[in-house]
Amino acid sequence: MPLTIPREELMEKGHTACAGCGAALAMRYVLKGLGPKTVVTVPASCWAVIPGEYPSAALDVPLVYTTFASTGATISGIREGLDIQGKEDYNVVGFAGDGGTADIGLQSLSAAMERGHNVLYVMYDNEAYMNTGIQRSGSTPYGAWTTTTPVGSRRKYKREEKKNVAEMMISQGVPYVATATIAYPEDLERKISVAKSIRGPKYIQILSPCPPGWYYNSSDTVRISRLAVETKFFPLFESIQGKFKLFKPAKILPVKDYLSIQGRFSHLTEEEIDEIQKAVDRRWESLLQREKQDAIQ
Amino acid sequence: MPLIPLAYVPSSSNVMSSWRTSRPVIDYDKCTRCGICWKYCPDVAIDLAPGEGYSAPNQRFKSLEVPVIDYDHCKGCGICSTECPFSAIEMVREE
Amino acid sequence: MQSANSTMKIMTGNEAVAEGVRLAKVGLVSAYPITPQTVIVERIAEMISNGELNSRYIEVESEHSAMSSVIGGELSGVRSFTASSSHGILYMHEALHWAAGMRLPIVMSVVNRAIGPPWNIWSEQTDTFNQRDTGWLQVYCESNQEALDSIILGYKIAENRNMLLPFMNMLDAFTLSHTSEPVEIRDENLVSEFLGEFNLEARIDLKNPMGYGSLVSPDGPFMEMKKDIRDSMYNLKVIKEAINEFNEKVGGGIPGLIEKFMMEDADYALITTGAISSTAKYTVRKLRRMGIKAGLIRLYFYRPFPGDEIIEAISDLKGVGVVERNSSFGYMGATYQDVVSAAYGRLSVPIKNYVVGLGGRDVRVKDFEFMFQDLKNADTGMRWVNVGVK
Repeated sequence: MPLTIPREELMEKGHTACAGCGAALAMRYVLKGLGPKTVVTVPASCWAVIPGEYPSAALDVPLVYTTFASTGATISGIREGLDIQGKEDYNVVGFAGDGGTADIGLQSLSAAMERGHNVLYVMYDNEAYMNTGIQRSGSTPYGAWTTTTPVGSRRKYKREEKKNVAEMMISQGVPYVATATIAYPEDLERKISVAKSIRGPKYIQILSPCPPGWYYNSSDTVRISRLAVETKFFPLFESIQGKFKLFKPAKILPVKDYLSIQGRFSHLTEEEIDEIQKAVDRRWESLLQREKQDAIQ
Repeated sequence: MPLIPLAYVPSSSNVMSSWRTSRPVIDYDKCTRCGICWKYCPDVAIDLAPGEGYSAPNQRFKSLEVPVIDYDHCKGCGICSTECPFSAIEMVREE
Repeated sequence: MQSANSTMKIMTGNEAVAEGVRLAKVGLVSAYPITPQTVIVERIAEMISNGELNSRYIEVESEHSAMSSVIGGELSGVRSFTASSSHGILYMHEALHWAAGMRLPIVMSVVNRAIGPPWNIWSEQTDTFNQRDTGWLQVYCESNQEALDSIILGYKIAENRNMLLPFMNMLDAFTLSHTSEPVEIRDENLVSEFLGEFNLEARIDLKNPMGYGSLVSPDGPFMEMKKDIRDSMYNLKVIKEAINEFNEKVGGGIPGLIEKFMMEDADYALITTGAISSTAKYTVRKLRRMGIKAGLIRLYFYRPFPGDEIIEAISDLKGVGVVERNSSFGYMGATYQDVVSAAYGRLSVPIKNYVVGLGGRDVRVKDFEFMFQDLKNADTGMRWVNVGVK
């Protein structure tokens, strides 16, 4: 049958990700795009546990486990080490969660990008510290329940806006920055190809829904990530050498459609959902503006 | 050589079937061999196999590869069933 | 011993370390500047910029990232180096455990500087004493020559396939790092022959993709892996052979696991580490001229701890003083506890603990004279020397 994404699997069966895990799909697609000449690092995160207990290995490429904060630094060291041995055609990719990227790993990410190493940094964004049991991260969206923002009678759900690491990377001048999600694997594969073709630092953020953390039925993972894009909750954009491009979905849906099927948002009132819709619309407008400005220049 | 923490056994040797509460069953009479289920499986538990011997909606589909569920590694998440545009996959409760 | 192609130069400890790195043909250097180590990284950057050293150089943004990127470099199959001090090495503490646990033969130079608060940039060994549990091999240098030689010796020992543990060598802040001494720059070819090409068996290999680090349960070989670190570190044969080979083939001067100074018929001895040992030796010579049978044991290796060598050296003494230039709060001094645990059940020599020179306070001849005098009381316990007197 004609396949729309590369056929070769570089991720093994039998890994221990939850049923319906978005992060497992993210890794599967990233590896298909990069091919077998790849070295992957994972920090403390779901993916440090997904390959299973020793001696189980879930990837058909070398996988380096690192300390939580050091993804950016480790890929820099691997890259320079491989390069000095003439192995410049190996792909080096740091595959970190939102915790290890937006929070504890932000320093080493920012520095690795600034130093300009030829590395790809992929943030798989499940929007909380999922591996340790659903605690909030800087990447948790406004309104979400997590174990450290557990709503309660005082309604202490996450009151802070999602930290936008992709936009931070654009403002740092990273040559290629993109957001993607697992519902659109062809789009993700195209973005991986673009990243591969650039010699320098690249950053791709993949929204990866998490059934236990977002509190939904595992069969809806792809559906939810599709809705995230269609409701403009998670805009898909690219910045190529500073030029910003926004993907506009064919049909645009109200955020309510996205929020209502996830238990982590079930406490929100009509008014609160309205506020979220307004915030989503505002951000969308500013992204449209940005694209327009880049087109003019 | 010292005892270094290096993992070397492919995880495919782990059987994951006990994680399931229901299993996907493909109705090959409805399956158009579009490949969407294969594409969206997080557990690489759908293999592509030669189409001989599988029933098909009509003659034209007979020569195409078919998706085959690997029940040793399927965790029963149900994504394939939800995403199949032709409702060709049903989630059947395990005993 | 001066060989055909070696040269004598006047240089500081930091410059000597940089020379050692150059001679070892390191392929990746990644370091973050911190006083008083900065000259090491600056000098290495200079060497790379004018082609004296063919190495990659990563100007990292923190010490934690310095060690993490060096871990990455070693795993990719390249001999790697970093250097730090004080708060920097505390910042990379997590990564030190990771480097040792991954069995990577990294060499790091540490310029021993005090830990704050309050801020203090002068000599004190608390920073590396804080790392003695990590599984790293540790040596304390007394001279700039030793600082250079330890880098070469370090790679030789660390890269031995029956050792495969990271190695740190220490030099006192300013006393060694910034003070010039005559140093012999060893013959490049002899060093290359001594070290050989770097060949990490378990490096990243596309043909053999593995998980480096993994996740081990209580039933898995976690304890076995940790015991293996302990057993490998205590492979003293590897260390002693490397020292002998270095002394024979590259250039002499490495004393062994410890250095014994005027110990043959000594009645009283002090145990020291680092540059204060020179002042201690001066004091020993002075006391000997006065007829007092003083001696000095200098610990070169701290990890693995040379317990047997120390016991052999002190078994006939009337008193021993363990001198710490570090603070380890809670009970007795760090070195003292290691010495006493080596002595337990084997000796009845009175052993005393002295804390000196914290925050770079000068450790003077009269302080050593005081300690030798104090040993005559044949008691035990801890005394902080030259404290509270103003």
